[in-house]
Amino acid sequence: MSSDISDKADDSSKVSIWNDPKARGIFFQVILVAVIAYLVWALVDNTIRNLEARKIASGFGFLDTTASFGINQVLINYTEASSYGAVFIVGLLNTLLVAGVGILFATIIGFSVGIMRLSKNWVVAKIATVYIEVLRNIPLLLQIFFWYFAVLRAVPDKRSKASLFDTFNINVTGIWMPKPLPQDGFNIVVIAVLIGIVLAFIVKKWAKKRQAATGQQFPVIWASLGLIVGLPFVIYLISGSPLEWAYPEFRETGSRLRMGFQLGTGLQIIPEFLALLFALSLYTATFIAEIVRAGILAVSYGQTEAASALGIKNSHTLRLIIIPQAMRVIIPPLTSQYLNLTKNSSLAVAIAYPDLVSVFAGTVLNQTGQAVEIIMMTMGVYLTISIVTSIFMNWYNATMALVER
Amino acid sequence: MVQNYVRTKMSPDMAPPATETGIIGWVMKNLLSSWLSVVLTVFGAYVIYLIVPGVVEFAIVNAIWVGKDGLDCRSIADGGRVQDGQAIGACWPYVQAYFSQFIYGRYPLEERWRVDIAMFVGVVSLIPLLIPTIPYKRENAIFLLGVYPFLVTILLTGGNIGIGNGAWGFLAILMVLGVGFVVFQAKTTQSIQISSGLKIVAAIGVAIAIVYLALGFDYGMLDVETPLWGGLLVTLVVAITGIVASFPIGIILALGRRSEMPVARLVSVIFIEFWRGVPLITVLFMSSVMLPLFLPEGVQFDKLLRVLIGVTLFSAAYMAETVRGGLQAISRGQYEGAMALGLSFWQMMGLIILPQALKLVIPGIVNAFIGLFKDTTLVLIVGLFDLLGQVQASFTDPVWSSPATSHTGYLFAAMVFWVFCFGMSRYSIFMENLLHRGHKR
Repeated sequence: MSSDISDKADDSSKVSIWNDPKARGIFFQVILVAVIAYLVWALVDNTIRNLEARKIASGFGFLDTTASFGINQVLINYTEASSYGAVFIVGLLNTLLVAGVGILFATIIGFSVGIMRLSKNWVVAKIATVYIEVLRNIPLLLQIFFWYFAVLRAVPDKRSKASLFDTFNINVTGIWMPKPLPQDGFNIVVIAVLIGIVLAFIVKKWAKKRQAATGQQFPVIWASLGLIVGLPFVIYLISGSPLEWAYPEFRETGSRLRMGFQLGTGLQIIPEFLALLFALSLYTATFIAEIVRAGILAVSYGQTEAASALGIKNSHTLRLIIIPQAMRVIIPPLTSQYLNLTKNSSLAVAIAYPDLVSVFAGTVLNQTGQAVEIIMMTMGVYLTISIVTSIFMNWYNATMALVER
Repeated sequence: MVQNYVRTKMSPDMAPPATETGIIGWVMKNLLSSWLSVVLTVFGAYVIYLIVPGVVEFAIVNAIWVGKDGLDCRSIADGGRVQDGQAIGACWPYVQAYFSQFIYGRYPLEERWRVDIAMFVGVVSLIPLLIPTIPYKRENAIFLLGVYPFLVTILLTGGNIGIGNGAWGFLAILMVLGVGFVVFQAKTTQSIQISSGLKIVAAIGVAIAIVYLALGFDYGMLDVETPLWGGLLVTLVVAITGIVASFPIGIILALGRRSEMPVARLVSVIFIEFWRGVPLITVLFMSSVMLPLFLPEGVQFDKLLRVLIGVTLFSAAYMAETVRGGLQAISRGQYEGAMALGLSFWQMMGLIILPQALKLVIPGIVNAFIGLFKDTTLVLIVGLFDLLGQVQASFTDPVWSSPATSHTGYLFAAMVFWVFCFGMSRYSIFMENLLHRGHKR
């Protein structure tokens, strides 16, 4: 009897190889690998043939070749005699600059508008809603064009200017303002700022400890402000103001071609940067505002009620109870908006702001024709940024996850 | 003597204080509830005062409504016909003159009925699909996703598209593989599966043959090259093709990412994360400069097709993540139930899981479509003329050059995009509420 049963069991475990999920899995995966290998081989083979037929060089040797074109916004030493590799760095830094400043502004505007939309004040809430619904539904590129071609072209022409306090000037060539020139001894001020930040941290820790022990509060924000801004300022004055300003030179006489602001004097913010910055931050802010609103709404109303039952001030409820809990919901989609903003900064190419895509995947590609290497490098930069961000996100989610028993 | 007064009737309710009801109550509550609120109200009113009158004056009050060229939108001092000192608003006659170009691009005038039919059929077959109460969703979807794209291809290009020999070879390999698969199955398993497998292969074969014949047939229509397409037509073609073609790819990728086969999972993850990690503009650059290098010699795609391929792959990655969200929302019990019934993987997915998952992600798909619709404007960077590209190109026309032309053009384009995107986002919210009715607290 028992042998009979075991025989049967043997039979049932002996499924035909075709119906064995494991065998099937291996079979399909082998086919998948074969198809992908074939596709990759075909692509590489075709590309090599095509490159040979079109007499396009390959390899990364071109990075050392002289670029011989100028760029109107550079953060490192760059001249026309610099190499294509330097162009890559310049473009990368310009991308990071506009993305970084854009993220800062988008966050400020987005948080303000998101909180405004939840305001009990009807006018403020409606303004926030209209702002979000209008700007979110208009393509970013159209907004960039609007700022660049419609708004920033409506300012005074090249040979005239509009000034604020004689310090900030604007015309078609951008915003011109004095450039800070640190003199000898300015390092002390920088060090003072760093010391101020460290001291602020210590004060914060001490204040927290004291509040936990005695219940007394300490104005941490004002103290930190005094330490970070006030202390360096005092030192700056004591050390004899080691900072000078280079004012932009504006010529109103002389040959017509040379009139206007002189390149290389003062600090110029090019209109392409401004247009891209306005469009990116205002557009992304609409998404951030919605994320912030959703995050705040996700904190249950009981928290607010409990806080007011404890007699906590409204402003403290928002800052100490609602926002910390909302951040848990807000941060993951917020990071992906930051990533979107960084990727969207590549639209710079449409108005010729010298970002990575514009100068490297645009100008350098046109000059060298080495499409494969250049596009791969460009994509690699964005991929790296997004992979680093997602690693950070995974780490953050792991640390912030609710600890449940 | 004390007179006791006992009330026998309830006293009438007193009217609420004037500050609590009506307009005054509303104002007190919503505008002036605290000092901060008063400040905010004044600030808000100031912001409105800054923006609204300017926009209304530009778009309506000072706008020029009739005219025959740009001079009607210029002041006399500027060489035009508008009285000096009169404020000049939007130049609407320019939009009127360019309207058909904004819609069709340079599509030949006498062939535009084809575009009209394509758009009309699309709208007529899409509307019943969007209204949840109308029956025959399945048939409708099959028409819209399976038949309509080919109909549009034939209408817009004029048909008579020969598929190259290379493609025929590929099709032949597919057929041989399919037949071999069926024969192999016939040898190893029962007869029921043979016939169903054969049916599927036969159906695919017939469908391919029909499509080939339909696309290749000479309808006697003028061949309209894609460089002539433009305006809203290109915007819609790119966005709709992108979303429709990315749909099946996205589903496969989502299934692959959740598969238990490590190779399939790895390939899907790499594919998805690659496309999601790069900006669309580099994808468009890639499809316009690198794709020609990837193809064997002699094979050439036109620019629109290259862009369509790039956009499809790009949006497939996003679609995959949307669909994956839906798959994750389906409870484990549904999978187990299907497996307990002895359904195969594809039966389980096709009959049990995907119908539920896809229904859940309708709002997500609509949102993906909104994003793609806005992103189609990027094609102007690689030299296609979508709506924004067409508007941008019209600014160079000296006939309509005036100070207000570019503002008017951007305003018009913004309004068109806004109406489409806002409408779709409302629909997405509507569907979300409908789908979550049972689960919402």
